Amino acid sequence: MEKASTDQVWEWLDAVPDPEIPVISVVDLGIVRAVAWEGDTLAIAVTPTYSGCPATSVIAMDIETALRGHGVTDLRIKTQIAPAWTSEWLSAKGRARLESYGIAPPRAAGGPDRCPRCHSTAVERISQFGSTPCKAQWRCTDCLEPFDYFKCI
Amino acid sequence: MDPLFEFLLRQGDNTLVLGHRVSEWCGVAPALEEDIALANTALDLIGQTQMWLGLAGEVESAGRTADILAYHRDVWDFRNLLMLERPNGDFGHTLLRQFLFDAYQVPSLRALQASSNQRVAEIAAKALKEAMYHLERSRETVLALGDGTPQSNKIMQAALTELWPYVGEMFINDAVDDEIAARGIAPAPASLHPEWQATVMAVIAEAMLTPPESDFSHKGGKTGARHTEHLGHMLATMQFLPRAYPDARW
Repeated sequence: MEKASTDQVWEWLDAVPDPEIPVISVVDLGIVRAVAWEGDTLAIAVTPTYSGCPATSVIAMDIETALRGHGVTDLRIKTQIAPAWTSEWLSAKGRARLESYGIAPPRAAGGPDRCPRCHSTAVERISQFGSTPCKAQWRCTDCLEPFDYFKCI
Repeated sequence: MDPLFEFLLRQGDNTLVLGHRVSEWCGVAPALEEDIALANTALDLIGQTQMWLGLAGEVESAGRTADILAYHRDVWDFRNLLMLERPNGDFGHTLLRQFLFDAYQVPSLRALQASSNQRVAEIAAKALKEAMYHLERSRETVLALGDGTPQSNKIMQAALTELWPYVGEMFINDAVDDEIAARGIAPAPASLHPEWQATVMAVIAEAMLTPPESDFSHKGGKTGARHTEHLGHMLATMQFLPRAYPDARW
């Protein structure tokens, strides 16, 4: 089988959902750092969001399954920790999808500017941590709905 | 023993032992949000452990992985600070211990980013982001509980009095530290004291707490010479499964 172009591989990876936030892809999340052919081996470099994120091994498995489904048989996934992941690597498409899913995207200011549901700017923090390492809990004091905020690190 | 291996064990055992202690709150914290926050903090620390002990295993070159180092060493081979192996006590005590450690870990990791060892610098850069987030929360919680009600202030003062004789161990230099500093791998622990002191003193004063006058310090954790009796009990729980079922996989 002919080797797929790296552009093609990036496109395939952009269809692999994050296991915990399935509306965005692993590419949107900014954790796929490099795609390259090393001889006949397809090498994918993946970086963890948080050092203890339990989704990391699931993500590696999902990437491998997807690529094998596209006929790639010889592949290697390596974990790379430097440079350290930053929420700035989240794609514009990913940010928009997060908000429409009900998760406020990360902001340098350290908190969301508006409620992802009613868009009110009257929001307050409930907790610095949330259901996954990458999120915090906030609430809207207008529509009273709690929501997740994607932490900015 | 190779000083670099010893240094990496100290880093990894601190995050492992504190991470395990903090994880003991999972499911029993006083509020759901606090439960989740503690579990996430523990997760970050265990993740950092994988990096430190993973590198320690590589440096040792004896075929020991991070898991083997974590689950198959006994008390005397652990190199964590005594403060971190002590039981959690109440919620305020746990968060005060976290604050005292976070205020040390942040400047320590910040300095390690400039380590002459590239791998150490990379791990530090990754862990620093998490440590800064932990410090923000533990600091706010210590302020809220210290400067809270008379009852919460009393609990926090008792915790500070109990923990104080253990803080000194963070800043003691020994032969391993001297060698590591000489190689440019890490700064001498004593050099981190001024920043820690400034952070901690400002917060505990604002939290209406008074540090004990004595600067007596228990030691023996990071050298492994004399751990408290608590570490063995903790390891009995933490290591039971991989020791009883060495081939367990999930």
